[in-house]
Amino acid sequence: MTFEPTLVWAIVLLPLLGFVVNGVVALAAPERKIVPTIVGPAVIAISFAIALVNFFGMLRTGPETAVIVPGYTWIPSGSLQVEASLQLDQLSMLMTLIITGVGFLIHLYSVGYMHADKGYARYFAYINLFVFFMLLLVLGSSFPLMFVGWEGVGLCSYLLIGFWYTGKVNADAGKKAFIVNRIGDFGFIVAMLMIFANTGSLSFQSVFAAAPSAFTYGGAVVTAITLFLFLGATGKSAQIPLYVWLPDAMAGPTPVSALIHAATMVTAGVYMVARTGVLFALAPVSMIVVAGIGALTALFAATIGLAQYDIKKVLAYSTVSQLGYMFVGVGVGAYSAGIFHLMTHAFFKALLFLGSGAVIHAMHEALHHTHRDWDAQDMRNMGGLRRYLPITFVTMWVGTLAIAGVWPFAGFFSKDEIIWQVAARAVGPFRGWFTLYWVMALVAALLTAFYMTRLMIMTFHGKSRLPDEERHHLHEVPWVMYVPLVLLAVLSVLGGWINVPAAIGRMPVLGWVPHAEWLHHWLEPVTAAAERIQAANLPALSETAPFGGGEALWALVSFAIAVATIVIASAVISRVEYRPALESAAPAGFRRVLFRKWYVDEIYDALVVRPVIRASRWLWRWIDQGLIDGVLVNGAARLSRMVGWFGSRLQTGQINTYAFAVVLGVIFLFLFVFPRLF
Amino acid sequence: MNIDFSSQIQYIVALLPEVLLTVWAMLILLVDVFQKEDRSEPSSPAIAWLTLLGLLLAGAANLWLLTLREATPTGVIALDGFRVFTNFLFLLAGVLFVLISTRYLEEERLRLGELYVLMLLSTVGMMLFAGTRDLMLIFLGLELLSVPIYVLTGANRRSRLSAEGAIKYFLLGAFSSAFFLFGIALVYGGARTTNLTLVAQAIGVDGLRANPLVTIGMALLAVGFGFKVAAVPFHMWTPDAYEGAPAPVTAFMAASVKAAAFAAFLRVFLTAFPGLYDTWGRMVFWLAILTMVVANLTALVEPNVKRMLAYSSIAHAGYLLVALASASVIGAASFLFYLVIYTLMTIGAFAVMVAVAGRGEEWLDIESYSGLGWRQPLLGVVMTIFLLSLAGFPFTGGFIGKVFILRAAVEKGMNWLAVILVLTSLVSYWYYLRVAWYMWFREAPAGAPQPVRTPRAMTAALVAAAILVVALGVAPGGLLRAAQDGASALLQAPAACTYGRSPARGGGAGADVCHLTPRRPLG
Repeated sequence: MTFEPTLVWAIVLLPLLGFVVNGVVALAAPERKIVPTIVGPAVIAISFAIALVNFFGMLRTGPETAVIVPGYTWIPSGSLQVEASLQLDQLSMLMTLIITGVGFLIHLYSVGYMHADKGYARYFAYINLFVFFMLLLVLGSSFPLMFVGWEGVGLCSYLLIGFWYTGKVNADAGKKAFIVNRIGDFGFIVAMLMIFANTGSLSFQSVFAAAPSAFTYGGAVVTAITLFLFLGATGKSAQIPLYVWLPDAMAGPTPVSALIHAATMVTAGVYMVARTGVLFALAPVSMIVVAGIGALTALFAATIGLAQYDIKKVLAYSTVSQLGYMFVGVGVGAYSAGIFHLMTHAFFKALLFLGSGAVIHAMHEALHHTHRDWDAQDMRNMGGLRRYLPITFVTMWVGTLAIAGVWPFAGFFSKDEIIWQVAARAVGPFRGWFTLYWVMALVAALLTAFYMTRLMIMTFHGKSRLPDEERHHLHEVPWVMYVPLVLLAVLSVLGGWINVPAAIGRMPVLGWVPHAEWLHHWLEPVTAAAERIQAANLPALSETAPFGGGEALWALVSFAIAVATIVIASAVISRVEYRPALESAAPAGFRRVLFRKWYVDEIYDALVVRPVIRASRWLWRWIDQGLIDGVLVNGAARLSRMVGWFGSRLQTGQINTYAFAVVLGVIFLFLFVFPRLF
Repeated sequence: MNIDFSSQIQYIVALLPEVLLTVWAMLILLVDVFQKEDRSEPSSPAIAWLTLLGLLLAGAANLWLLTLREATPTGVIALDGFRVFTNFLFLLAGVLFVLISTRYLEEERLRLGELYVLMLLSTVGMMLFAGTRDLMLIFLGLELLSVPIYVLTGANRRSRLSAEGAIKYFLLGAFSSAFFLFGIALVYGGARTTNLTLVAQAIGVDGLRANPLVTIGMALLAVGFGFKVAAVPFHMWTPDAYEGAPAPVTAFMAASVKAAAFAAFLRVFLTAFPGLYDTWGRMVFWLAILTMVVANLTALVEPNVKRMLAYSSIAHAGYLLVALASASVIGAASFLFYLVIYTLMTIGAFAVMVAVAGRGEEWLDIESYSGLGWRQPLLGVVMTIFLLSLAGFPFTGGFIGKVFILRAAVEKGMNWLAVILVLTSLVSYWYYLRVAWYMWFREAPAGAPQPVRTPRAMTAALVAAAILVVALGVAPGGLLRAAQDGASALLQAPAACTYGRSPARGGGAGADVCHLTPRRPLG
């Protein structure tokens, strides 16, 4: 039985339709809220429904190869033929379900969260457009089409970071995201050029088919290509050294943080590495780099998360850290593990962000009533919120247990899978590196449990630090906002069970499921080619971790670590006497270094930003404002004045300068001529 | 019809669009003179429509050129796809100029018939510049295109900036024309001919028979072209002239003068000097790098939008130089494709700037764009499209254009040039999107300009240009094929292949010779 795709183009184009409709409303009648309320979420819901139809069709038939849904020839030109067509396979199917499914819940939540905003229609226009580009990114069948989506989601991301454009913070955050992502784009484009130059094609299927013969295993070209691709990924997916934009991007509305900056867009880099797995498998050095950057980012961002007070900042660094895990997964060649964590992370991190949004929403409304000038996002101003926001409280604990890796929540299975895969691959030439990464991943897991517990305790437990007047105004959020929370909480519990490792599946209580490693097998048609290359060139996976012990044992150990950390952290944090933000002293000592994020922003500013601005100012002054005179050609100008070249009336100095530049140009061109003459 | 230039009438037939446009310009001048009671009175609005009609007629004549066959590749007037393609481009730019300028000229009390006449004559100059195969005629075209532009730059007699820009442009233009003419003289001295095809024949396919005079002459011609296309370091006049000229004239200069100079650059160097590609390829290579880097970095901090657009046009000259340096059918095709996109988006962006600048061009600072998108959605949306396309955002024509140029560069092995193009155009995102950022993400400042009124003709032109820019980004196939036809006409013409073949190499296939390959890598 062959798989027949159903209306795949409609999945992509419906959100675009939503953008057009909402965009017209935003421009023509921005105060109208009915149309965006219906159209915004509805187009995503229909896309999700169509995606489900395709998913079940795929389940039934189990296609072994990707289905290309033809569109039209986008770029027809001799050797460069780019089709605008979609590629539906197990990987893009899964991504589509995540994007439209989680996307729909977040759209629904936004109806409540944004209801009082005067840019309501505009918001839905942007976020619909975002979903369109994101779907194009994952469903596109070639590098250029993926790049269209890649740039498009970036554009929507800036639009939404700067959504509340009256604040300077938002404008700066948008700028930062913009610049950092340009560096990433550079990597992506150069990689594309190199791929085209070496394989003569840009469509995924033909590039991957040609790759094993076009590139030598471990060769310089394929290593360069993959490193450039990865540079693109570090920009989009906020990895060291380009992670700096993501925490600042939290200036946008919270549902945006949940959808774009946690669940979908920032995982595009992980998707890209998984998609181009064949190329990475051919470049072992790149694999070490990808996994290494991932492990380093996971650890580094987690340390910063320990000392932040802004609830969204903690979650932002947590996202950076979790993305690091995903890169460890896809970097070591365990593509299904990376994608698995991508999926569960989409559930629990969206949940945590939306939960924090509910908290901020409640805090903001309460503070708004009394016009107190307090930061609604600072956890030092919170405390004891569990009594006022019970549903948010419970669902966020579910998310916390999931991200901390507590059985039976989703994160336990997905994070553990990655950690185990690193351990199992620490054999042969990679032994040293991968052992190191494995230890780093374990430490980061411990830190994750700690900072998340800290967040929960500071926000929901203990005594409220809000003054009495505000406390009366704290309310649970409306149903459109908590229903998505509850659904995501359910997914955060169940989501992990689709890929229970075989070792745990054999254990009594911990892992009884009919199909162990279901997701891994489901993705096999996509990952098979890359895995074949690895199998041919690398030693077989180990059954034991570097310091002994099998998968099941280490799963139990990390479970124990997570629980112990949560218990200890609860005890420690509960004892700390927090004071409202305005009355608190600035953090001191090492805590200050963490609070200031290891001073990375300051270092970048001094080493990169300021020199570039200075150079460009200098050029501008030199060339545009005609100061070239004083610098270079004063002598020539004086000489020409003596000769009375253009007459005294035109003696602005500039004409001489310009003519002098022409003469310089002539000399410059003659440099190329002279070698021919002799 | 077969054209062998055996009689005078054949010249007129081969030059039909140019002749028609010249006659039409004279007629308009007469109409203008006789219709006015008094010299100081503004001209009738009908003049603008008459001008449009003339441009359309010339377009029809241009289409008719396709039915002509040239008997000899040495004919002084080219009858190839390249000429037809570029002619359409110049006419298109003329039409857009008329549509965007009416309101502006009225507000500035510049509604003068002669401005349209000058524009038409300049267009004729462009057509001669890019469409002829004799250096003397090309020089004639250059002057015919330049002199009206000098006048147009200074058209606003009440503006000091306008006068200053015109005089600077004129002096430097004369300076560079001198280089150009000197170059022609040297080429003639070395090759004993000014016919491009015969020059190619004289220097031989490998350039070994080239007289040193020819090589030096070629470099001087490159100076002249470099000046007209505003390549760094010959660009210094550009920001001043662009800033001083009345805004619609600036748009016209940035788009069509540059396009014409580039088209002629391509024709002259590919037809006459394929044998010297080793030398000029390297020149153009480095000019491209200089131009892209300097222009993009300077535009980065330019607060005046008109000057920013001037630097942007210099930067685009850099991208086009990359296409020129790759000197292949793909390179030339990407070049033609990019010229069309460039014309549309540049005139579009300048037109919005014209509208925003208002009376007396008061609002040129980037601050004037604050909140424009929300005040005037239509202007905001089209301007955003033009800016995205200028930056090279996917699904716009600008993106496809850059993809083709990159491809041409990569296939020629000029990887570093491709990398620099990518880097600099990523830098350019910043200054283009900064304007978009102001339009959509800033509140209008206190004392903001009145809502900008755009006449219907201009709105129609803007919307049409924006739609085209997007359409060419989504479905570039048709234009691409046309560009490839035009380009292969130039490169596979017997000019560069058959005639240029040295006897020693004898039988090699013509097409091989046309794929100009440097003896050692350019960069």
